Amino acid sequence: MQSYYNSEDLKKFGSIGSFGAKDLANDFFKYYGDVFAEGALTSREKSLIALAVAHVLKCPYCIDAYTTDTLEKGCSEDEMMEAVHVGAVMAAGITLVHSTQMINKAKELTM
Amino acid sequence: MIFLAHQHSVMNPVKSLKAQKHQLGDTAFQLRVLNDDEKLGQHLPLFHEQLKPIGLFPLTPTQLDIFQINVGKMCNQVCKHCHVDAGPDRKEIMAQETLQLCLDILQKHSFKTIDLTGGAPEMNPHFRWFIEQIRAVSPSINIIVRCNLTIILANKKYHDLPDFFKKHRIEVVSSLPFYTASRTDSQRGDGVFEDSIKALQMLNAVGYGQEGSGLVLNLVYNPAGAFLPSGQAGLEKEFKRVLKAKYSIAFNHLFCITNIPISRFLDYLLVSGNYSSYMEKLVNSFNPVAAANVMCRNTLSVGWEGYLYDCDFNQMLDLKVNGSAKHLRDFNLQVLTNRPIVLNQHCYGCTAGAGSSCGGEVA
Repeated sequence: MQSYYNSEDLKKFGSIGSFGAKDLANDFFKYYGDVFAEGALTSREKSLIALAVAHVLKCPYCIDAYTTDTLEKGCSEDEMMEAVHVGAVMAAGITLVHSTQMINKAKELTM
Repeated sequence: MIFLAHQHSVMNPVKSLKAQKHQLGDTAFQLRVLNDDEKLGQHLPLFHEQLKPIGLFPLTPTQLDIFQINVGKMCNQVCKHCHVDAGPDRKEIMAQETLQLCLDILQKHSFKTIDLTGGAPEMNPHFRWFIEQIRAVSPSINIIVRCNLTIILANKKYHDLPDFFKKHRIEVVSSLPFYTASRTDSQRGDGVFEDSIKALQMLNAVGYGQEGSGLVLNLVYNPAGAFLPSGQAGLEKEFKRVLKAKYSIAFNHLFCITNIPISRFLDYLLVSGNYSSYMEKLVNSFNPVAAANVMCRNTLSVGWEGYLYDCDFNQMLDLKVNGSAKHLRDFNLQVLTNRPIVLNQHCYGCTAGAGSSCGGEVA
């Protein structure tokens, strides 16, 4: 079946450089690897952040990848779901905080 | 309907595959599945082909340090992933004469570690006698008992096991797939987590896992599903933090073990539709360093009938060691040290990522 998203395509991600702009792809994957390495944050914590971002940006590839990755890193169901809630509440908050602009503009325009 | 088509349900079995007369209860059938590209939906390289370019084929032992004895398939649990297909309906138990053959070998050859596994090894009626005899033969050898924890609470006659273990300075290695009840019980059966916690507290109470006691309590983590373990050190820290905070439990080390695609775990993979992607992940995660350190290079495994195997997984696939020393009666250290190890597609489970062994990561 034709589809814009195909889970098999996730496996091709690492070879996007073979289509073109190889150096840029290499730079990206080097950066990707460095970011997710153990640092001031553990790679486990980073994986939970990535899981939340995957949901906020609604990327099915990333949701598959970071559901697997968080499970592999031993995250519990509660930790995974709480991470998604952080993403959800940030997205909701980001929408709502913009209402201050609406309120400002409304006050400017109304008596 | 589309949604339903993706659902799967693998209930905890009440009977072993063998008792169900399930096709996968037959080891020859398992090996056919493991080598069937059609079942896999793709072609994956043969395991031994991966060893050739890195100079590890034929794979041979480095030295025989660990003598792992599977004293029987009987168990009080029926875990969904069990590679032994163990359970209460399995009656295969190592006889006292066969245990005596093991003792005879221990008298002649010095191993660093005796590793007792099952089933629940404590359910072998000669278990305590055997430990006492090992201690008589070799007072200082490291003895591991792979205790499933719940056996300690299963019957009054097992309640004193922590004291027995302590008396004989046994290293206790116990499975706890996760520090939450839901993920542990989904693999090992309802109520297993609660009983495991009680058993760990009983072991702690006699000194196991406590600093300075010299009584070693190690836990085994293996994924409750079709994913690989990752980051043993990080997981150990997390297990220690949670078990201490919630249940006041202490332990020494956490061993991360990859689920090997045989027996009941193979059944789970096939039923849940994860077989092909799991095998592909194992193959893509092949790590030459882990391959060089696989446990079959320093371990010898003995089955309940006294036959010798390269590891407990080969034992469960009925793949006996190469060469003339196939049984305890024919034990010959030189022959066994020089044997080519029997390999098959399930071996990818021990070489993926940081590798996997009965003692956890190897790379």
